Amino acid sequence: MTEHTAHTADHGEAHAEHPGYGTFIKVWVALLILTGCLVGVSHLGQTAAVWGLLTLTPLKAALVFYYFMHLKYEGPLFKIVVLVTLGTLLIFFALLFSDVAFR
Amino acid sequence: MSTHASTAQPSYLVDTGARKGLMAWLTTTDHKRIGLLYLYSMITFFFVGVGIGFVMRLVQLTSFQKLITAQTYNALFTVHGVIMIFLFVVPGLPAIFGNFFLPILIGAKDVSFPRLNLASWYFFIAGAILAVLSLFTGGGAPDTGWTFYAPFSLKTGTNVSLAVFAAFVLGFSSMLTGINFITTIHRLRAPGMKWFRMPLFCWALYSTAWIQLLATPIVAITLVLVILERFFGIGIFDPAKGGDPLLYQHLFWIYSHPAVYIMILPAMGAITEILPTFTKRPIFGYKAIAFSSMSIAAVGSLVWAHHMFTSGMSATANMVFSLLTMVVAVPSAIKVFNWVSTLYKGSIDFQPPLLFTLTFIFLFCIGGLTGVMQGALALNIHIHDTYFIVGHFHYVMFGGTGMALFAALLYWFPKMWGKMYSKKAIYASWFPMFIGFNMLYFGMMILGMMGMPRRYYVHLPQFHTMHVVATVGSWLLILGLIMFFGTLLYAIFKGEKAGDNPWGGVTLEWTIPSPPPLENFEEIPTVTHGPYHFEQQEAK
Repeated sequence: MTEHTAHTADHGEAHAEHPGYGTFIKVWVALLILTGCLVGVSHLGQTAAVWGLLTLTPLKAALVFYYFMHLKYEGPLFKIVVLVTLGTLLIFFALLFSDVAFR
Repeated sequence: MSTHASTAQPSYLVDTGARKGLMAWLTTTDHKRIGLLYLYSMITFFFVGVGIGFVMRLVQLTSFQKLITAQTYNALFTVHGVIMIFLFVVPGLPAIFGNFFLPILIGAKDVSFPRLNLASWYFFIAGAILAVLSLFTGGGAPDTGWTFYAPFSLKTGTNVSLAVFAAFVLGFSSMLTGINFITTIHRLRAPGMKWFRMPLFCWALYSTAWIQLLATPIVAITLVLVILERFFGIGIFDPAKGGDPLLYQHLFWIYSHPAVYIMILPAMGAITEILPTFTKRPIFGYKAIAFSSMSIAAVGSLVWAHHMFTSGMSATANMVFSLLTMVVAVPSAIKVFNWVSTLYKGSIDFQPPLLFTLTFIFLFCIGGLTGVMQGALALNIHIHDTYFIVGHFHYVMFGGTGMALFAALLYWFPKMWGKMYSKKAIYASWFPMFIGFNMLYFGMMILGMMGMPRRYYVHLPQFHTMHVVATVGSWLLILGLIMFFGTLLYAIFKGEKAGDNPWGGVTLEWTIPSPPPLENFEEIPTVTHGPYHFEQQEAK
């Protein structure tokens, strides 16, 4: 099976391509490695654990969004909606940190 | 704008399906009937809330403390808040007038998802029933205040779990309505109904729907965490277990401050519809008003922590949120300036809806400006958690959203029921309502400046005079409300027949019969110009 199989007739243009099993397995392995890293980092102290969570967890979520939830194969509208949502979340985080980080 | 008034279809008030009477209403998917279902249920809840407020004023006036315990008083202000916020002002105008008029205003036959629309009403009723059940089950009515602040809400023996679950269920009603309105506006606009040809009420509903959709899940999850913490002691908000009670306040207000805009934006939209009709001229600054709605929705989502200036939050956060609070006043002020500019040199027809519209502008300005005052950190420390806040909040929510809802009801009443009310009786109801309102809530603001804390069961002697003034005001206000709704109720059954366009409006709802036919339009209209097309009046 190729990396991306051709789309079938009952799928719209937004679903132009689909990942194959190979891609899924690679992403799964990557997720396992990242989870292992997170567990490892958590043993290095609270600061490392927090930074690990803040950086590696979004990376894991991005992989899930991108491949398992097919965001990679969607049209620009879906990608913009997800980006706006994530941007909003980031603003909320930043505003929350203006409290937590300076308390 | 070419339109085709329908005469072939029966009115939406006539049962045409297999079911008749109450069952026809309870199973309806017609957006207009669902709007009325919301109206009837919300007005019922509103009067329950008014009754509780009346009792609370009596407690402050007299020695009713002998009849009502402090615990009961705590429950009363909690239930008053929960009912008025979650069952009246949050769903308020979108659920009633949004459901009824959004499809008509954009030239559609219904909303995008009619069954989901009915499901939203059932979620609303289910949430209301759960809220009522919470008063009489478990440890009794919750005593936390409508904000359910941790850690007290985690520790109290009253039935907080069921009450917050009720709010959780009500959130689904709100989200589903938001999804329905967004989809309807995107997909069901009539040919030629471009974005900037939509009536501004639709813009207000659109902005509101996005807040409903994006902010409600946050409070829903927060409330679930409260339930989990109460049952399983997971320790997210409980400081005794390493949790952060300020995190609860942040998460609660991330929703609940934008919720204030869920309450006020549709009210502003309704006011924007009414003004052109009674000034017989296009709204001043159409695009400015449309964009200010979106700006309020966006910036209003970033100001939540101004509710927390005295909570122990960091000084940096205090400054950031103080600044943002000042910023959100700008789009609100843009709207007020545009409304007043619309009146300027207009051909003013002083009918009851306009009277209540002007009342809205006056009271909302007091509420809005006292809100900006509270954005200033130094002043906020002084008046935080005093009666000033209670007075301010009621100016915005009752003087703002409430009066706008009354104005909208008066404006669209002839269209909704095909009947006209007694204008003299409405004018007569306005006087006690307006005078009583200001005695009650301005009195509260004075009490707050004097130092009277909110939510106190008893007060010191120096506060008593203003408490008497406020309580007498509450009686006048209630008298006005009874006269107002009595007049409308009478008109539904005995009112004179209203014409299809009694106010001389130019938006699409005034081109169809009163009451509207089942599918609104015989043929979907083609729209060729903006919504407030008073060219004939302009020429004069």
